[in-house]
Amino acid sequence: MSSGILALSYLLGSISFIMGLKMLSHPDTARKGNLYAAMGMTLAIVATIFLYKDSDGNPLGNYAWIFTGLAIGTVLGNYAAKKVAMTAMPQMVSLFNGMGGACAAFISIVEFNHLIHMGKTFSDEPVMALVILAGLVIGTISFTGSMIAFGKLNGNINDKVLPGQQFINIGLMLVIVVLAVVMVGGYSSMDSTLLMYCILGVSVLYGVLFVMPIGGADMPVVISLLNSFTGIAAAFGGFLYDNSVMLTGGILVGSAGTVLTVLMCNAMNRSLVNVIVGSFGGGSTGGPSSASGGTYKEVSLTDAAVLMLYSKKVIIVPGYGLAVAQAQHICHELEKVLDANGVEVKYAIHPVAGRMPGHMNVLLAEADVSYDKLMDMEEINPEFAHTDVVLVLGANDVVNPAAKSDPNSPIYGMPILDVEDASHVIVNKRSMKPGYAGIENELFFRPKTSMLFGDAKDALTKLVAEIKNMA
Amino acid sequence: MENIFSIISENIEFIFLLTLMIIVGFEVISNVPAVLHTPLMSGANAIHGVVIVGAIIVMGQAESDDYLALTLGFLAVILGTLNVVGGFVVTDRMLEMFKRKKKN
Repeated sequence: MSSGILALSYLLGSISFIMGLKMLSHPDTARKGNLYAAMGMTLAIVATIFLYKDSDGNPLGNYAWIFTGLAIGTVLGNYAAKKVAMTAMPQMVSLFNGMGGACAAFISIVEFNHLIHMGKTFSDEPVMALVILAGLVIGTISFTGSMIAFGKLNGNINDKVLPGQQFINIGLMLVIVVLAVVMVGGYSSMDSTLLMYCILGVSVLYGVLFVMPIGGADMPVVISLLNSFTGIAAAFGGFLYDNSVMLTGGILVGSAGTVLTVLMCNAMNRSLVNVIVGSFGGGSTGGPSSASGGTYKEVSLTDAAVLMLYSKKVIIVPGYGLAVAQAQHICHELEKVLDANGVEVKYAIHPVAGRMPGHMNVLLAEADVSYDKLMDMEEINPEFAHTDVVLVLGANDVVNPAAKSDPNSPIYGMPILDVEDASHVIVNKRSMKPGYAGIENELFFRPKTSMLFGDAKDALTKLVAEIKNMA
Repeated sequence: MENIFSIISENIEFIFLLTLMIIVGFEVISNVPAVLHTPLMSGANAIHGVVIVGAIIVMGQAESDDYLALTLGFLAVILGTLNVVGGFVVTDRMLEMFKRKKKN
């Protein structure tokens, strides 16, 4: 009876995951989808705690430990998720992803010791052994990789490329495979616990070195990839316990996560291999594009205010600079002031503006910017030609014309916003420093472009005051 | 060769599940607008937190004198819960922002 209820709960859990993901891919149903998946998860957890029985029919014990762990995790997770600033969402996702990876790795370590305690060696149970090792390796890589990604997005860790990095990484991967084969095949008299910890150690290192050289602009893709890794690690755990809900949830995320990773790459017009191997921001960036450095002109606040107030149409291009400065509210304010004075204002959202796809939409929505003022790249690109002023707020690479004209540029081929078609371009940046990908932007030196230096929030506040004075 | 086939037939249910879920995963995600990439990733991130179920089993089966299993199991439960709760709450916060504003 109870095993039937458990199986049914797992079935409902699995269905909720599939439906949840499906609904998450449409804006109208997304929030409900997330809620359904969460309910399915709760059901699976509660059913496991009270109804799970091992192969001998024994129920679970250590309830005090289980509930204490659940309580600590719930309080911490809820607090962290509620507290985090909208700008820091990407690293938060990475952090939580790492937790899942570590969880899978711990399960593997415990199950490994379990196997050893029962007096079995890995060669007696090759399938089980491979599953345990796979969970360990993938979970660990996902954990350390996510932590590095977290550190990078948080600004604690800089991009570092070791000489021959790709060969080191491939070498480490081979070491893991060889150690695993030795262990499972029983080819070595070495203590298998020691071997297991060797594999663990190499996996830790691999995770770190895998993410280390990848440039910050590509971090979303990496997090998505590590996300699908954790899914696969969870699926291996499910195989270990013959647990259907872990299997479905894990495989689903592994597969969907991979598709999502590829979709994100496509949005940047790059291949996954290109992201992993040809690290952005790496050595090849200087190149001919830096030759375009020349003179740029600054625009005063008053001039910028006049220019915008007497325009028919203004398009705002938000970027990471807006997010860092938390300037979304004042940006909405500017939009309202201009709107009140008969200026048509729209926002041009590049698919990868900010640090993550959808980042800008989330931020601007937080500031109550209306959904239908946010335009996708394809929608807005033809409109730039009839636009008087484009205001670029802390965006850089997504408006860099080198992506279209310079085959040597690392971002060559990435679709960009055609801001240079407009009559005037005002670029707000803190300084002339190149953007996140470390590439010079020749747009800033074009005759139509003028620079408005300063923190986005500061500059916009003054700009709004200036416009209000005039109107 | 025979070995491989016996492994396949022993695990045929698993292979079915694996294949079908991979296809479902592909189908469910394709055609998603770029604005939803981040919340979707975050939602998927919460779903793989289902690994918590494994952590609960490990914890619940740990012998009272097996300190390694107790410690790692306990940590695994905490980390898994963090993944689940944090994942769903963060996703919800992101999606809250997508509420359709009334057109004026």
